[in-house]
Amino acid sequence: MSTYSVSDASAAAGQAAAGVSPGWLEKLRSGGYGAGLATGAAWLAFGASCLYWEDLGDWSRTNGVAIGAFLIAALALLGTLGADFLGGAGVALRRRAPWLVALGSFLTLWEIATAKFGWLPLPFFPPPQAIVEVYTDDLPKLFNSVIASVKLQLGGYIIGAAIGFLTGVSIGWSQKVGYWVHPVLRFIGPLPATAWLPFAFFTFPSSWSASTFLIALATGFPVTVLTWSGVASVPNAYYDVARTLGAKPSFLVLKVAIPAALPHVFVGLFMGLGSSFAVLVVAEMIGVKAGLGWYLQWAQGWAAYANMYAALIVMSLLCSGAITVLFKTRDRLLVWQKGVVKW
Amino acid sequence: MVAAALAEAITYPAVGAELDIEHVSHAFDIDGAVLPVLEDVSLAIKPGEFVALLGPSGCGKSTLLRLVAGLEKPRSGVLREDDIRINGPHPSRVVVFQDPTLFPWRSVWDNVALGLEAQGILKSQRQRVDTAIDLVGLSAFRKAYPHQLSGGMAQRVALARALVNDPKVLILDEPLGKLDSLTRITMQAEIVSLWQRKGFTTLLVTHDAEEALFLANRVIVLSDRPARVKADVKVDRPYPRHRGDPYLADLRRQILGLLGLDATW
Repeated sequence: MSTYSVSDASAAAGQAAAGVSPGWLEKLRSGGYGAGLATGAAWLAFGASCLYWEDLGDWSRTNGVAIGAFLIAALALLGTLGADFLGGAGVALRRRAPWLVALGSFLTLWEIATAKFGWLPLPFFPPPQAIVEVYTDDLPKLFNSVIASVKLQLGGYIIGAAIGFLTGVSIGWSQKVGYWVHPVLRFIGPLPATAWLPFAFFTFPSSWSASTFLIALATGFPVTVLTWSGVASVPNAYYDVARTLGAKPSFLVLKVAIPAALPHVFVGLFMGLGSSFAVLVVAEMIGVKAGLGWYLQWAQGWAAYANMYAALIVMSLLCSGAITVLFKTRDRLLVWQKGVVKW
Repeated sequence: MVAAALAEAITYPAVGAELDIEHVSHAFDIDGAVLPVLEDVSLAIKPGEFVALLGPSGCGKSTLLRLVAGLEKPRSGVLREDDIRINGPHPSRVVVFQDPTLFPWRSVWDNVALGLEAQGILKSQRQRVDTAIDLVGLSAFRKAYPHQLSGGMAQRVALARALVNDPKVLILDEPLGKLDSLTRITMQAEIVSLWQRKGFTTLLVTHDAEEALFLANRVIVLSDRPARVKADVKVDRPYPRHRGDPYLADLRRQILGLLGLDATW
């Protein structure tokens, strides 16, 4: 969670102020370049490990990966010496240096354990160069899959979030609507959206619309419940204040209830995002013949494990990217709650 | 004082409303039982008067204020503002609550603008918001959010939010109850000077006899729940008043006696 917090930025700014003053010589003596040098060393080792031993299998990108690793090592060393002159980028580099060391070491180990000595059973654990090969040689297919997934996910998520928000506000606001919707929500809501798969695929005209429905369903339930609880928990005092100032019911909903409920709504959006990812992948594996879920299925069917890992990496980048976007939007929209609410 | 100069430059319609509370009784249903809170309360308040309602805690003072504000309807009896029956809330009667209840998602400026926005007249009257903020001396904090304000500042914003509507009746529900004693003293003086300049009718609920005597023309002493009017005390002293005034000290002794606290004096 802390990866997305705002405090990171201010901490970085603080480090920037502290990192500018001492000279490079002083730093060399005090060992301030340690992490940078270690980064260079780790990536040099990765590159060397690619070249030193013969590959066990037939991979075409071994040399390319080695060159890439040497390039990163060179950049890390240059960056270490020049960090003071690189401004923000230098600070970011310095902050991430320990991670770069770990990554370089991990890749070295992985390379040795798979491509060189086969300590890990081979078809199931492909070496880094095999995954790189997927990205270079199977890019169009992977790219189309990404586009298909993003389109499906975005459509379903937006529909689900919008309907969930409107439903949540209505049942939070009006007891009459609540009377009818609440039991339905109780009955249907806890059902995992994937349980609707068979129903959805024969009811909807296309597998695409069926999947959109399922994703919207998975998103809609948490958004509805949390919007509703957000609206229901607005203190009565807020309404009293607004009413004595001449507010009409529409003002109470739009300018009091909804803004007060927004922190809850964002929790719902976050939870909905998580469960909709699960539905997306399942729907793509079973129904839709496109997207990353389908790519995974396809790769597994052909025992193309490198493709599978490559798709997994892309998928995790997309999911964490989506969550980052959501958190950034929240931080922007809810500046006022800095120091008031935390989750 | 800057605030005073500004207030003089902009003149408000200095007319308070007349309030009539006639044989008002009220009760709450709690778990099926009926809990009477007000019993046959009658009060006639003249335009521009500053009336303090004083009574033991939980006696129903705040309920009376909610009835005057129109947030609730009495079980029996009638309330009138300028001979018009009070049926619901109206921006001519604005309440300042014990908690500032600022909207945390709005800046100070937007909080003060609330009333004008709700009435749909903000666009043409934006300067009234600035004036109200200047009036309570918070011009430097226009863009601040409520969580960045101290308790006293937040209560000042609440006061500005009320005053921006040019109320005919200002209803103060223990607005200084949660402030520290120094801020309290400053704000008491400010409330008096605002009331003198604007001329609105003021209804103050408090359980502090000294505060009531320092601020009000008239102190209504209420009994324990269900609240009845026990005494109607005129405080015939000019402003600014002095806390050490022997006349006020004497009244205070009488009032505390009425509340059954004479032993402490």
